[in-house]
Amino acid sequence: MSNLQWPELIIFTILFALVTVLGFMASRWQRGSTLDHLDEWGLGGRKFGSWITWFLLGGDLYTAYTFVAVPALVFSAGALGLYALPYTIVVYPIVLLPALRMWSVSRVRGYVTPADFVRGRFGSPILALLVAITGIVATMPYIALQLVGLEAVLRTMGINGSGIVGHLPLLVAFVILAFYTYQSGLRAPALIAFVKDILIYIVILVAIIYLPSKLGGWSHIFDTAAKKLGTPSPATGKPAGSILLTANNQLQYATLALGSALALFLYPHSLTSVLASRGRNVIKRNMVALPAYSLVLGLLALLGYVAITAGIKPLTNAATGKADGNTIVPVLFDNQFSSWFAGIAFAAIGIGALVPAAIMSIAAANLWTRNIYKEYIRKNATPQEEAKQAKLASLVVKLGAVAVIILIDPQFSIDLQLIGGVLILQTLPAVALALYTRWLHRWGLIAGWVVGIGWGLIMLYGIPNPANGKQHFGGSALALGNMSIFGWHPFSGSQVQIYVGFVALIANLVVAVVVTVIARQMKVFNGTDDTNAEDYHADENDKDLRPIGVH
Amino acid sequence: MSTVKHDGKVRGLQFNPWNLLLIVPLLVLVTPLFNLDGPRLFGMPFFYWFQFLMVAVGVLSTWIVYMMTRAKPTVDAPDKLSVEDLDEGDAR
Repeated sequence: MSNLQWPELIIFTILFALVTVLGFMASRWQRGSTLDHLDEWGLGGRKFGSWITWFLLGGDLYTAYTFVAVPALVFSAGALGLYALPYTIVVYPIVLLPALRMWSVSRVRGYVTPADFVRGRFGSPILALLVAITGIVATMPYIALQLVGLEAVLRTMGINGSGIVGHLPLLVAFVILAFYTYQSGLRAPALIAFVKDILIYIVILVAIIYLPSKLGGWSHIFDTAAKKLGTPSPATGKPAGSILLTANNQLQYATLALGSALALFLYPHSLTSVLASRGRNVIKRNMVALPAYSLVLGLLALLGYVAITAGIKPLTNAATGKADGNTIVPVLFDNQFSSWFAGIAFAAIGIGALVPAAIMSIAAANLWTRNIYKEYIRKNATPQEEAKQAKLASLVVKLGAVAVIILIDPQFSIDLQLIGGVLILQTLPAVALALYTRWLHRWGLIAGWVVGIGWGLIMLYGIPNPANGKQHFGGSALALGNMSIFGWHPFSGSQVQIYVGFVALIANLVVAVVVTVIARQMKVFNGTDDTNAEDYHADENDKDLRPIGVH
Repeated sequence: MSTVKHDGKVRGLQFNPWNLLLIVPLLVLVTPLFNLDGPRLFGMPFFYWFQFLMVAVGVLSTWIVYMMTRAKPTVDAPDKLSVEDLDEGDAR
């Protein structure tokens, strides 16, 4: 616990205290008749307008972990790390239309989670359970990653203890977060997101204007980075990366960007923010305005190169004894800025961890409550009991995430997040395609899910990472030559890489179609559809909308 | 395909040709188009500034689609807002 950075710590603590107060006050903000209902606690009363939704979705999709990890990837691998930019460029045009349909049908039928929709669309509790479990399993490591981001900042400020002491500040921060989320529900992250984003924007704009001018301009920065990345690494004997894509990783770049974009709105937490909005126009406006964050994210990614030029070395994590690549951006700020400004930057990243962590835990709690507790444990739970259950579940989820960080190597939670992305992508046919067509049979969807998840995991297991000596789960880039379909290698010898989740999704779809054709031939019952064609176009001012938050 | 019945509700799949504009930003997935160092802009290789430019293209395409597909009033009936509605105004 030596060399604590006092000015930074003080500014960080003051801003942290400010959002804590905001978090508790949020329960009174735009209050509905009761907080004892999932519509109110878990969806903020389904009445957020364009601005609140913008901050909420932005706070949700662009997380502290993104802000820390994307530049870290650019720092270590070069151009490939920039995939986050095309990913956020294509996501809004792709999801605009499905998101509108999802909002409408959920508003009419009172759905709170994607699994609620699947349950209503196919009358299949099994398929809904699979979607709910996938959502919870994929979200948990995502929350843990927010803690990785928060810890990277705390370690840079000198709180880099080993063992349990090193995790204590993190635990305190999370207990506070847990309590105001418990009390205020989705209103807490919505309100805090304002503070987070204003801080983030200030910090990034200053950094991206000031740092290049200080370090000799962009031209010099890119040339230095190209030279450094092109030097063969002692571990593998190959260059670590390059500032352009290589012949082998272009396909990986495109499929990873597309796959991540398709996965983004399948994550339960992004859907939570969409469902919390007031109407279709709010969502449309947001799909136009959200790329403002993409710009910030892209500029931030370039800080990876800035860090190379500035000669930044990642800090050693005292808990694991290994270099922590995620400390690149915090150390860069610490070295290049006066301590008060670094304090603001760290607070921005720290608060940036709280907003998504809160939304994610609410989304996971909603899934648990609606699709497991109410479906299988207490069939006739009242709305009050549902709200109570969700509040408790949100505490459990957050404690689970803290336990993951304390008990296992942070690197492992990064691997879990990687797996989570591949898993959540396998719910695309049941959730996204079902918004448009009921042609795919529910048993086809179940079979596709099983194959997609199974094969996805097998492929991820087989990928080594020579740079850190890991045998399994070394990344999401599969060399086509290593792809095996029951021992058949269709692209034998090819070194071209592709995103595992994309391959698994194709397998998922093929199986879903084949099983659908068989099930239709055999005339297997395809469940009852609770939804009507006009549900998918309902808007905020329609007369017969379902009342919100009524018991 | 879209059918609007006498109650003013929309059923079935709605298709508006303007929606096709949403395909344009997907160009950013065709990496051979821009995986080049030159020409540089402010010292940034083409690979980087092209993708920043595509953010703007994405916004523009989505914005045009939003403007062109906004719901138009289905009936030209006179405005019959109740007092309560007027009172709430935009705050709803």
